[in-house]
Amino acid sequence: MTRANKTKGLVAAAIAALVALPVVADENAKLIVNDEIEMITEAPAPDHMENMTIIRSGWTFRTKETQALQMDDFENPGMPAVDAAMDAWNTVEGTAGKACATCHEGPESMKGVRAVYPKWNEAAGEVRTLTMQINDCRTTNMGAEEWKYIAPEMVAMEALISMQSRGMPVNVAIDGPVQATWEQGKELYYTRFGQLELSCANCHEDNYDNLIRADHLSQGHINGFPVYRLKNTRLNAVHDRFRGCIRDTRGETFSVGSPEFVALELYVASRGNGLSVEGPSVRN
Amino acid sequence: MRLALGMAAMSVLVAGAAPAGEIAPKDVVYDEYGAVETSLTGVPGDPANGAAVLANRGTGNCVACHASTALADVPFHGEVGPMLDGAGSRWSEAELRGLIANAKMTFDGTIMPAFYKTSGYIRPGNAFTGKAAETPELPPLLTAQEVEDVVAFLMTLKDE
Repeated sequence: MTRANKTKGLVAAAIAALVALPVVADENAKLIVNDEIEMITEAPAPDHMENMTIIRSGWTFRTKETQALQMDDFENPGMPAVDAAMDAWNTVEGTAGKACATCHEGPESMKGVRAVYPKWNEAAGEVRTLTMQINDCRTTNMGAEEWKYIAPEMVAMEALISMQSRGMPVNVAIDGPVQATWEQGKELYYTRFGQLELSCANCHEDNYDNLIRADHLSQGHINGFPVYRLKNTRLNAVHDRFRGCIRDTRGETFSVGSPEFVALELYVASRGNGLSVEGPSVRN
Repeated sequence: MRLALGMAAMSVLVAGAAPAGEIAPKDVVYDEYGAVETSLTGVPGDPANGAAVLANRGTGNCVACHASTALADVPFHGEVGPMLDGAGSRWSEAELRGLIANAKMTFDGTIMPAFYKTSGYIRPGNAFTGKAAETPELPPLLTAQEVEDVVAFLMTLKDE
């Protein structure tokens, strides 16, 4: 770069810094974690989405400062929980005298798992979230106690398992045996709940990229879950966020782990088919 | 005096009952375009209080979605709805009253909540607790007089 060009670039950068709104992110920024894992943060919308052409990760809606926290695992505040889950992975619990590691060896054996959940479980004849699958492993295979649906131990374990798939595109199935559940989730997505009569779509399909008070509305994808939120300084489970959103409509929420939220999770996950698994991600 | 206070207290206690002279939410008459001709209270609106209702998160919180130059000292205006500048020139008082009471009567399917309505919700909650509503009818988001105050404020927002 010539000196003149460099000066021009610096001036342009300075002007950009002056006019930039503090809450608006650089939507063209690239998310590469640890200089190594390239994330797909923008992709063509899956065919089943009738009203959108492009899908974007929630990361693209956040400020530069928040974005940076996810680009280096040493900065990512969700990582201490992952360390704790690593200990849990190797800890023998329950009447069968097993740890996760007894059957699954290292957590890297979970590569690809997060990307396809929720998914159909043929033996049980049900759609299972990753949370349900972890608990089934604990009770059926380990003879251990269930974890509560959004207990810190559970969310941390999901973060450890999600991490093994970082960078892989979300690819949940929506047809075959899961189709009825997926349709139910879609119905819920477009239902206007509570006294404010708001559906998921009102904010995250019709108004993404708009500011609502100080918040920059995203498309509401869940490819980044579990999410470390700066707002509550902990890892958050998908159903925890669903519950918070319906509460904010002045509505009566569904319970975490309810059939309604399982269906909604499947549907919302499928809207993010093509974006990378990011968990544990960082948002505000 | 004591009797008057007692009656005022009772009218607050009886859910859904509007104070004398007020039009209850379920009795509001919308015309075919969604406008409401008749004042909900018969008492002229107070634009200063209307501005406070627009800005306050606990009442109208209108600026969460609408920007307004007149309220520039209130932080964080949203951009989900149209700017309020010039609203008093674009709309009549009756149209604004209808838009605030229940904007869906003017714009079918709008995201804007109805601020003077008490029933007809899916899974109505008890305010922001996430729990089920305790009564079949909810208190409206704004009182009748607050609606009139907001209308009075918006009527002051004229095009230059």
